Amino acid sequence: MLIDGIKYTIYFLLLVLIQGLILNNIEFSGYINPYIYVLFILILPFNTSKYTVLVLAFILGLSIDAFSSTAGMHTSATVFMGFLRNYILKLIEPRDGYEISSKPLAEDMGIQWFTTYSTILVLSHHLFLFFIESFKFSQFFTTLGRAIISCVFTLLLIFIVQLFNYKKASRR
Amino acid sequence: MRNFIQFLTKNSFIFLFLFLELVSFTLLIKNNNYQNSKIVNSSNFLVGNLFETISNITDYFYLKTENEILRTQNSKLLSAEKKSFTKIFGNTVQINDTSYFQKYVYTAAKVINNSTNQRENYITIDKGAINGIKPGMAVINSDGVVGIVKNVSANFSTLISMLHQKNSISGKIKASNYYGSAVWDSDKNQYNTAFLKEIPNHVQLAINDTIVTSGFSSIFPEGILLGTIKSFELPKGSNFYTIEINLSVDFKKLSHVYIVKSLLKEEQTQLEKLNQENVN
Repeated sequence: MLIDGIKYTIYFLLLVLIQGLILNNIEFSGYINPYIYVLFILILPFNTSKYTVLVLAFILGLSIDAFSSTAGMHTSATVFMGFLRNYILKLIEPRDGYEISSKPLAEDMGIQWFTTYSTILVLSHHLFLFFIESFKFSQFFTTLGRAIISCVFTLLLIFIVQLFNYKKASRR
Repeated sequence: MRNFIQFLTKNSFIFLFLFLELVSFTLLIKNNNYQNSKIVNSSNFLVGNLFETISNITDYFYLKTENEILRTQNSKLLSAEKKSFTKIFGNTVQINDTSYFQKYVYTAAKVINNSTNQRENYITIDKGAINGIKPGMAVINSDGVVGIVKNVSANFSTLISMLHQKNSISGKIKASNYYGSAVWDSDKNQYNTAFLKEIPNHVQLAINDTIVTSGFSSIFPEGILLGTIKSFELPKGSNFYTIEINLSVDFKKLSHVYIVKSLLKEEQTQLEKLNQENVN
């Protein structure tokens, strides 16, 4: 349990730093900004209490906001995502429930499950974030397009990270 | 009351969610109102220090852009320099602001295509008609003469490089003021040397003498560096030296240039044309 705690703290710091220092500076053609930090919410173990998820999401969002000077923007989107996670997990639960030892990763749950899981959550996070960012519906389709394209890139990055885990797991 | 508490505990997850959202939206709106929100922003101590360290490193990546800005500024300063102005009145007039007016204007441009190994070398730059470039303008860089604008499109221009067999630029020996024309020998095809012709045999020369533009052509301002004398000889029976010069500009690594617009060129050529017509 303690080891897990340390492990997730490291994940947290690593993702925040990668996001804040590297990815925030990447802006392909002004449309694509991947937000990989949401991976932290995705990979929290199944048995994490839903309250913990919300609080962690809040702290994660605040940290990202600290880097991009956008107080509240990422926080609200990440909290929203943490909120949804609870319901999505219930929605796509396998017939015999989640095993306690397994984690919401592609290697444990299969690629198909993980794709559904991450796509729904990342897309909802990005839509929320980009609409909060523009704060208006006048450019609805531009914002929608930005959210979707960025979402694709975030997912791509998430899958690349998963790929590393996958290799490590199969080598063992 | 009990029902109410029950209702709260039953939906505590949703209430926690709503509460956190409320907090973040408060932050969001507050931050929008006061740009320098003191609670969460990147100027706070921890993140601020981190950013400063990172910025010290990443500054190097922006050197190129930074240079670009400085170059633009440089061209503005060059245009404002005393050298770019000419006197309205004679020598007796005291120097004051109104006795000078702008003669040359400089525009910074980037070289986007360049050749050095042809007989007729051309350079393409990223400024064109919309930047006020016209055929016949001089092009220099910080090292010296680069070429002359030949063709202009809306956004690009091609230059006749100094390394062009038909290019001839009026140059003079800085020490003695004797002038001749600087040409490039396309047969020899060396990107770093050229020849200065028409220097009469009585002139005292020395290796490494500086050659600059004469300013006679009304294209180049006076005193732009062309190169230094590499070697010279007096062919038998000839009245003129054969002077080989080291070009000051390295055409192999040309990247940024200035286009010189002479504001008085029109006037000078008009006047000189008049001479010819009168003769005929």
